[in-house]
Amino acid sequence: MTENLLTVTGLSAVSDREGGMPVLRDVGLTLKNGGVRGLVGESGAGKSTIAKAILGILPRTVRITGGWINFKGRDLLSMKPQELRSIMGSEIALIPQDPQTALNPARRIGAQLADGLKLKRDMSARTAEAHALQLLADVQIRDPDRVMKSFPHQLSGGMRQRVLIAAAFAVEPELVIADEPTTALDVTVQKEILRLIRHMQSARGTGVLFVTHDLGIVAQICDSVTLLYAGKVIEEGPVRNVLENPNHAYTKALIAAGPRYDRPDAGLEPVPEAVFRELRQEIGIS
Amino acid sequence: MDQNLLVATGIKVTYGKHAGLFGSKPSTPVLHGVDIRIGRGQTVGIVGESGSGKTTLGRALLRLVDVSAGKIAFDGRDITHIPETEMRPLRRRMQMIFQDPMASLNPRHTIRRILTGPLLLHGLAGDAATALEQVKSVLDRVSLPAACLERYPHELSGGQRQRIGIARAVLMQPDFVLADEIVSGLDVSTQAQALRLLKSLSRELGLAMAFISHDLSVIRAVCDYVYVMRLGKVVEEGPCEQVFASPSAAYTRALLDAIPLPEYDPGWLERRTET
Amino acid sequence: MAEPITITGPAAKPRRTPSRLRNLFAERQVLFGGSFILLLVVIAIFAPFIAPKDPLEQDLMLGSLPPAWLDGAEPGYYLGTDDLGRDVLSRLIYGSRIALLVAIVSASLAALIGTILGLLAGWYGGWADRIISRIVDIWMAFPPVLLSILLVAVFGSGVHSVIAAIVIIDWTRFCRVVRAETLAQSQLDYVTAARTAGFPRMKILTREIFPNIVPILIALVSLEMGIAVVVEAILSFVGLSVSSDTPTWGGMIAQGRQLIHHAWWLLVAPLAVLFTTVLAFNQLGSGLRRALDPVLRR
Repeated sequence: MTENLLTVTGLSAVSDREGGMPVLRDVGLTLKNGGVRGLVGESGAGKSTIAKAILGILPRTVRITGGWINFKGRDLLSMKPQELRSIMGSEIALIPQDPQTALNPARRIGAQLADGLKLKRDMSARTAEAHALQLLADVQIRDPDRVMKSFPHQLSGGMRQRVLIAAAFAVEPELVIADEPTTALDVTVQKEILRLIRHMQSARGTGVLFVTHDLGIVAQICDSVTLLYAGKVIEEGPVRNVLENPNHAYTKALIAAGPRYDRPDAGLEPVPEAVFRELRQEIGIS
Repeated sequence: MDQNLLVATGIKVTYGKHAGLFGSKPSTPVLHGVDIRIGRGQTVGIVGESGSGKTTLGRALLRLVDVSAGKIAFDGRDITHIPETEMRPLRRRMQMIFQDPMASLNPRHTIRRILTGPLLLHGLAGDAATALEQVKSVLDRVSLPAACLERYPHELSGGQRQRIGIARAVLMQPDFVLADEIVSGLDVSTQAQALRLLKSLSRELGLAMAFISHDLSVIRAVCDYVYVMRLGKVVEEGPCEQVFASPSAAYTRALLDAIPLPEYDPGWLERRTET
Repeated sequence: MAEPITITGPAAKPRRTPSRLRNLFAERQVLFGGSFILLLVVIAIFAPFIAPKDPLEQDLMLGSLPPAWLDGAEPGYYLGTDDLGRDVLSRLIYGSRIALLVAIVSASLAALIGTILGLLAGWYGGWADRIISRIVDIWMAFPPVLLSILLVAVFGSGVHSVIAAIVIIDWTRFCRVVRAETLAQSQLDYVTAARTAGFPRMKILTREIFPNIVPILIALVSLEMGIAVVVEAILSFVGLSVSSDTPTWGGMIAQGRQLIHHAWWLLVAPLAVLFTTVLAFNQLGSGLRRALDPVLRR
C-alpha cells in the first residue's frame, strides 16, 4: 500500500489571542499507511497546533483560515461534528503528553479502558474487560489483573503512559497521534515507551504522527520528519536524509545546538542570529 | 587553603517527620548518606532520574532543607546546624539558579526590584544608584537590554527569564552556585545560549558550581566531575572524561544508552542494557 | 510564540502590559459592582440632602401609600410609605448608612485580624500554625447566625455590637484562605530565592509573599462586605441591631413582612436594594481579583 493515510495541504491558522497572528503558514505534510512521521520544532513552532487541528480540538482562539486535512480520502475540516465524533477515538486516537492528568483520578484503570471499547467497538461489559486485560498484557504490563483494579495514582508515570498507549491502540485506530508522550518521563522509561509505541504500531500497521521537540527521539523512532518554525514547514524528508544532509541552515544549526554526551566538544552551538534572520525573512515576519 | 569549597559527608535527609498534635506522619527517607565534595572553581554535575534525590541534595547543600545526619562544611566551616541568622551572611556566597525561572521570580516585583534588592540587603551597593549601575552591567553581560528593568517577569520570554535568574546569582559575587535543572524547560537553541553563558561566567568569576540535571549530555557539556545518583545514593562518581568513556556502574551505562541521539542508528531502539 | 532569540542583539519584544487602570475598567464586573457601590457610598454620605423626606416623620393620614406608578399614590412619595406614613425611599437612603458602615468597618477589621493570623500560621508553621488552625476549626463549628445573635444579645444591641459580632465570627474566613495561600506561595521558588538571597524571614513575608496575596484578599474583603450587609440585615430583622427608630434595611424587611398582603412594596423595596448591594459587592470582588492578578489575567 503506497497510498497516504493522511495528507495535510496548505493548512493555515491564525491566533485571535495574539491579534490574528498566523500560527500555521501553508503547512503541508503526508503520512503513509503504517508510517511514523515526526513533527518537530521548538516551542511556538506549531507542531501541537497541527496535531490539535487533526483531532479537531483546537482552542477557540485559534482559527483555521485555509487548507485541507485529508484522512483516507475525506477532508476532516469539512466534516459534520457527528461524523468527526465517529472517527475520533476509533479511527484516530491520541496518546497524550501528560499521563498524570489524562486519566480520571477517581476511576479504576479497567473501567476507563473498557469505556472506549464499549463505546467505539460495541463490546459488552464482559468482553470489554477481557479485551482490556489482553491490551494491558500487550503493552507489557506485568501484572494486568492488579493494574485493572488500580486507580491512576497507584501507578508510576511510565505505567500510566503504558495504560494510555493501550487505550489508544485499543480501538484499533489507523492513525495514532502521539503528542510529546515521553516529555514527562525519565530517560530509561522513555526508551521503553518509545520501543513499545514502535512495537504496537508495526504489529498493527498503524500510522503514527509523533509530535516532539527532541531530534534525538525523531531519529530513533520516526521514518520521516517534518521540521517547523513559526508555523512554517522548514524541512521535510526521510529521517536519515534530514539528519545527515539537512537542506536548511536552521536544521543544521538545531542539530549543532544540542549537547551530546558522546562528543563533548561538539554541540552547544547557539543558533546563529543570521540563521534566525534568514528564517524570518523567508517566512515573511519582521 | 583547603582546595575544597564545599564538602558534605554522610548526608541523610528524611521528609515528613514531625510530631503533630494528632499523631505523626510517616517519614520518607530521600537521601541515605551521600558524600560529595566541590572544589574551588570546579563545576560538578549531579545527575539522576526522578526520585534520585538530586534536588534534595542540592537544597541540603544550601541549608534549605534540614539534614537528619551528616555534615556540611563550606569554606572550612561547619554549617550543618548553624542557625539561620548565622547562615544569612553566608547566603551571599552560596547562590542558586532555579529550574522554573517564572516561579523563581516574584510575579509582583519588577526586574529592577528583584535584582537590586539583594544587593542593597548585603551592602554590596551603598545606595540604589550604585546598585542599579551594577545591575545594568550584569544585564549587559547576560545580553539583556536595560529596558528589562521596568518589566515584570511575565512580560519576558522563558530564555530571558532564565538569564535574569543567572544575573541574580552572579550579582551577589558568590563563591558557589547551585544550578538546579536550569535548562530543562528551555528550547535547544535557548538552552545552548544559557549553558554557554553559565560556562563562561563560571570561568571568568572562578565560581564553584553544582550543576543538577537529568540530562547526561548537558552534564557532559558543562561539568568537570560527575556524581550519578539513584534512589538517594551515589552509584558512581568521577571525572567526566572517565565516567562517560567507561562507566563502571551498570546504571550509568543504562542511562547513557537510553539517551536518543540525533543520528541514524537502526539498532538503538531494540538495544537493552541490564541494570 | 516563537521569538527571536539572541545573545548579542536586543531582547525579544516583550508584551506591553496595559495600564492597571485600563485593566480594571475592562472588567465588566468591576464596572457594575464598583459604580453601584460608589453610588451607594455617595448616597449614604449625602443622605440628608438626597432624601426627599425625613425618614422618621410620621403622618398617619398618609399611611401605606403605594409607589408613584400605582393608583392612589401621592406626589413626592416615590416608593410609597409604610403603615406609619414614613417615606420608604428616604428610609432606604438612610438605611444605606448603617449597611455601609457595618460592611466597611467589620470587613476591614475581620480582614486585618484574619490576615495577620493567616500569614503567621502559613509562613511560620509549627506551633503557631497548629494553634491558630485549631482555633479556626473550633470557631467554624459554631453556627454563624446563632452565634451572632448570641453575641449581640450578650453585648447589647447597637451598631458596635453588630460590627463586633461580625468581626468575631468572620475573621476565620480570612485566616483560612490567607493561610492556605501563604502556604502555597511559600512553596514557590521565588520564596526560596529570597531565602538564598539572605532576606530575614519576616522580610520575606512582607516583601515577597504578602503582595502576592493582596488580589485574593481584596476579593475576599469585597465578598465579606456583602456578607456583612446580609448579617446586619438579619440582626435588624430579629430586632437586635440598632434601635428601631433608626431606619435599617433589615428592619424594613421585618416590618414589610407583616404587611405583605396589603403593602407588598414595603417588603420588596428593601429586599431589592439588599440583593443588588450584595450582588454588587460580590461582582466587584471577583472582578477585582481577576483584574489585579497578573498571572490569572493572561
